[in-house]
Amino acid sequence: MNLAWRDIRHKLGRFLMTCLGLSLLLAVVVTMAGIYRGQTADALALVEAVKADLWVVEAGTHGPFAESSRIPGDTREMVARINGVAEAGSVTLQNVQLERRGRQLRLQVVGYEPGRPGGPVRLVAGRAITRSHYELIADRRTGLTVGETLRLGHKGHDYTVVGVTSGIVTLSGDSIVYMSLKDAQGLQFEQAPPAARREAARGAQRTPTDLVNAVVARLAPHYQAAEVAEVIRRWKHLSVLTDEEQKQLLTQTVIQRARRQLGLFMSVLTVVSAVIIALIVYMLTMEKIREIATLKLIGAPERTIIGLILQQALLMGVIGFVIGTVLVYTFNGYFPRRIVMLPEDIAMLFGVVVLVCLVASLLGVRAALRVDPAEALRG
Amino acid sequence: MQAVREPQPLVELKGISKHFGEGERRVDALRHITLSVSSGTVVGLLGPSGSGKTTLLNAIGAVIEPSEGWMKLDGEVVYDNRWLRRDLRRLRLEKIGFIFQTHNLLPFLDATDNVAVVHYLAGLRREESLKRAAELLNYLQVGHRKHAMPAQLSGGEAQRVAIARALANRPRIILADEPTAALDSVRAGIVMDLLRTLAVEQQAAVIAVTHDEKIFDRFDRIFRLRDGRVEDDGDAART
Repeated sequence: MNLAWRDIRHKLGRFLMTCLGLSLLLAVVVTMAGIYRGQTADALALVEAVKADLWVVEAGTHGPFAESSRIPGDTREMVARINGVAEAGSVTLQNVQLERRGRQLRLQVVGYEPGRPGGPVRLVAGRAITRSHYELIADRRTGLTVGETLRLGHKGHDYTVVGVTSGIVTLSGDSIVYMSLKDAQGLQFEQAPPAARREAARGAQRTPTDLVNAVVARLAPHYQAAEVAEVIRRWKHLSVLTDEEQKQLLTQTVIQRARRQLGLFMSVLTVVSAVIIALIVYMLTMEKIREIATLKLIGAPERTIIGLILQQALLMGVIGFVIGTVLVYTFNGYFPRRIVMLPEDIAMLFGVVVLVCLVASLLGVRAALRVDPAEALRG
Repeated sequence: MQAVREPQPLVELKGISKHFGEGERRVDALRHITLSVSSGTVVGLLGPSGSGKTTLLNAIGAVIEPSEGWMKLDGEVVYDNRWLRRDLRRLRLEKIGFIFQTHNLLPFLDATDNVAVVHYLAGLRREESLKRAAELLNYLQVGHRKHAMPAQLSGGEAQRVAIARALANRPRIILADEPTAALDSVRAGIVMDLLRTLAVEQQAAVIAVTHDEKIFDRFDRIFRLRDGRVEDDGDAART
C-alpha cells in the first residue's frame, strides 16, 4: 500500500496544478541552462562553420571577433604560400541593420571568396554563391528563403538569396548572411554619395577598399597549427590564432561575463525553486498533521511517515521537471536566442531537482516527525 | 474439580503521575493513579473537563510518558519510575487499538484500506490483509460500504469502520475517546454493545473516556476522575 500515491490520488487535481506551477518555474531553470549552452554555441557557430585551422589578423590584435582587425587583401596570397597551408581565404565581417517588412533586422555580413575557406560549409537549402556579385547566403533565422531579395548598401543593390544555412549566428544572436568578398568590401568601405563628394572636396585620398578583417587558413594533413602559426608570428606584421585559441578566446573572455551572469541567475532560480518546493511540501505536510498523528498513534514507523512526504516531494519534482522540460522543448523555436539542451545537462538538472526535492522536504519531514501522536486524540 | 481461572489484569497502573511544566507553571494532570483493568471488561473514565481523563488514556496508550509510577500492559512492564520501554510504537501497533471521538479515518483511503493500513504497518501480505479487513467490516455490518471513502460514510458507518481499524491488529487493550460523542442514542448503544461483545469475545480490556450519560449502564466499572485523581472506583451499577 503506497500511502503517498493514495494521498495524491485523493487530491489529484490540486496535486497536478501544483506540479504545473512548479513545472513553469523549473522550465525557467531548464531554459537558463539552455541559454547558457546556447550562448557558447552561438559564439562558436561562425568559427565552427568556417572550419579553419588558423585565423590570421592584424598585428597586436585578437581579431576579428574579440577586437577589430584590418589587413591588406593580398595577405591571403602570402599565407597561402606558407609551407603546410593547404588553402586560405579572406573574410570580412560587418554589422548591418535594416528594416524589412516593418521589422528591424540585424545581420552580420560575412564576405568570403567563393571556393576558398571562409564561407559556410553546409547549406540546408539552395546552393553556394557562384556569381561574383549580388548573391547571398542567409541563415534561416533571418526569415529569408531561397529566391528572395534583400536591398543592401548605399547604392541599394538587391541581393538574391541563393542558399540557406542553419544555426549560424553571432555572439549577440544576430543572424549571419554570406556574400562574395567583393560585394562585402564594397558594402563596408564604399561611402554614401554625399560623403564621397565631401571627401573629394577636402582633397582626401581615397580609402583603399582591398582590406579584409582576417585570413583563414586550412592546413595540409600532418601539419600542426601551432608550428605554422609560429612561422606567421615571425613576420611581426600579423597576428595569428589557431582555431583552438580563437574558440578559447570567444568562450572564456568574450562571453564569459554573460555566461557567469546566466550561471548565477540559474543558481538563484534553483535556490528559489528549492524554497518553493520546501514551502509546498511543508504546507502539504501541515495539512496532513492529523492523518500523520493518527498513523503514528496506530503504530506507523517513522520511515512510513518520511516515505509519505519524500515520495510526494520527489514525484512533484519529477513531474514538474518533466513537464517543464517538455515545455521548453516544445517552445524552443520561439525563443529569441538559441536554447541548447544537451542530454548531459538535462540529466544533471534532473539530478539537481531530485536533490533539491530531498533537501526541500526536510522541513516537512521535520514537522511530521515532531507531530505528537496524541494530536490524533484531541477533539 | 476444574479450577476457576481468574481474569488476568491487562492494564495495571500503580502510582502513575504526570505533570507538565516546572515551577510555577507546573500542572499536575495525573496524581498517583492506581487502577487495574482485567480482560473481558468494559471500563469508563468519567470526570469534568481538565480532570485528566484524556491524559490517563494517553498514558495507558503509551502515547505520553508518565512522570512517575509503574505501568504494566498485557503482562509487559512499560514504565517503571523513569524507565520507559523503548519500542512504544510497536507496542501500540501490536497490543492497543484506538477509537477516537471523531473517527479519524484517513481521508485518502477507502473503508477497506483504512482497516488494512494497520495490517500493512504490521507487515502482513496484501491479500491476507484485504481478506481480514473485509471480514472485520462485515462483522461490524459495514461490509457493503467497503469501497466508500470516509467522506461518503455516515457518522455511524465511519465510527464502525474506525472500530474495525482499532480491532484490526486483534488488540488486547482498546482505548476509546468519547466513542459515542458523534452518535445518536440508538447508535451509541449499538457501538457500546459492540465494544462489550468484543471485550468478551477477544478477552480484551476496553477503556472508554465519556461524558455520555446514556451509556453509563454499559460499563462494568467506572473510574471517576477529578483534578488528576481517581475520586471514585467502582461498579457501574453504583453510579
